[in-house]
Amino acid sequence: MKKIRLEFRNVTKRFPAQRKGGEPTIAVERLNFALADGEVVSIIGPSGCGKSTLLNMGSGLDPASLGEVFVDGEKVVKPNEHVAFMLQKDLLLPWRSIRENVEFGLEIRGVPSREREAISLRLLKRCRLVDFVDHYPHQLSGGMRQRAALARTLAVDPAVLLLDEPFSALDAQTKMILQQDLGQMLGETGKTALFVTHDLVEAIALSDRVLVMSQRPGRIVKELIIDIPDRPNPMERRKSEKIGPYVAELMSLLHIDEAIV
Amino acid sequence: MAGSIALFAVFLAAWEWGPGLTGIPAFIIPSASQVWHSFLRMLANDQLLYHTAITAMQVVVGFVLGMLLGMAVGFVLGMSPTAEFILSPYILALQIAPKVAFAPLFVIWFGYTVYPKILVAILIVFFPLMINVLGAVRAIDPDIVRLAKSFNASRTQVFMKIEFPASLPPFFAGLRIAATLAVIGVVVGEIVGGNTGLGYLLTFGEGSGNTAMVFVTIIMLTIIGILLYGAIVIIENRVLHWLPGRSRKMA
Repeated sequence: MKKIRLEFRNVTKRFPAQRKGGEPTIAVERLNFALADGEVVSIIGPSGCGKSTLLNMGSGLDPASLGEVFVDGEKVVKPNEHVAFMLQKDLLLPWRSIRENVEFGLEIRGVPSREREAISLRLLKRCRLVDFVDHYPHQLSGGMRQRAALARTLAVDPAVLLLDEPFSALDAQTKMILQQDLGQMLGETGKTALFVTHDLVEAIALSDRVLVMSQRPGRIVKELIIDIPDRPNPMERRKSEKIGPYVAELMSLLHIDEAIV
Repeated sequence: MAGSIALFAVFLAAWEWGPGLTGIPAFIIPSASQVWHSFLRMLANDQLLYHTAITAMQVVVGFVLGMLLGMAVGFVLGMSPTAEFILSPYILALQIAPKVAFAPLFVIWFGYTVYPKILVAILIVFFPLMINVLGAVRAIDPDIVRLAKSFNASRTQVFMKIEFPASLPPFFAGLRIAATLAVIGVVVGEIVGGNTGLGYLLTFGEGSGNTAMVFVTIIMLTIIGILLYGAIVIIENRVLHWLPGRSRKMA
């Protein structure tokens, strides 16, 4: 039995009513799931089902209304060093060079500059950005910026990565390349990741398991175990003939084809 | 550059011979050489450099104090929506009020000293800076702050690493506006009440019907403004070298 890295126990998130006397919104309800060490799990669901809320609770930025979230066996009550997140927006600071951006989290945590530099250069090399170390974010393409954001996320060496649609703003081909980068990185480092996405194939290609959520209030309605070998190689996995049936199953679980009628 | 210099030569020639050719008397528009002679005479007899230095000192002091105050208040209001909500009608009223109209009031309070002039300059410099810094703090993507917090950033770190650097481009834009306004503030203060500074020379020249003297004074005031503005542009180019479109110029 592998160590549990991230666990949601009976988690409900309620938001107070927008106006007086209104009903509070229940974003997610009674979520129960766990990620073992090294697992990559995707969450997929209709818009507004509370996927991002879930990541906010995991990162400790937003507490759960009911239930508990555990990271590495510790209850999450505030941001902690075991978790790092990455969003659709790269959130690179325009006044910092790429290297300084990658070191942002390390700097906040007080890591000495020599150590920071060693870590950032290693990761930038790994993300194929070694020629852009001293460039500013505006000088880079969207895909490169997102790779820098990935390097920044990995720089703090988190036990768990929370990824909220990190590639959804990229064009289809750049996206595939970044998925491959991420797949390889996660494979090499053995990191645990919770991946929120809208892209069915992306979810299947990158993950060990896919959790399907319902409409608000979001609940997990189905767990799909992806039985395709070679998880660190999403580019190859995409070509597998098993992709089609998985996509079909997800489509029917999400009632996508019914929306047309 | 060559074009600008050529144009300046044409302008000087027109100024020198234009009034004579068109029959405009010297008390309306004195020629360039008359203004130059007046400049030399004022240097020798009217302590022109002393008055210029007084005005420049007041401009710089008022500018720096107004800048610090505007920045500080901008940050506080930017970080506290409640404070901004409570104070906004008063800020708006003060912002709309013509700041130079306060000059007589300050002269009543502080007499013929440097303080009324510096106060007008502070007041006039304060607003563009406060508004720009406030707007910049508001415009920061909350997700960037969340990112920093997810790394366990303290409030001070959020300020030093995000809010402060993010406010710098609008801050410098505000400084450029404020640089020209500061000169206006000080001169009005000097015109309203004082016996030193270029504003005083301006009223003195007016009173004695010495048009050339007024011309010289206006030119000196413009030079103070240009120097201040230039200093800001130089500092801005160093500090904001990371802005898109600036890197190429620096390289």
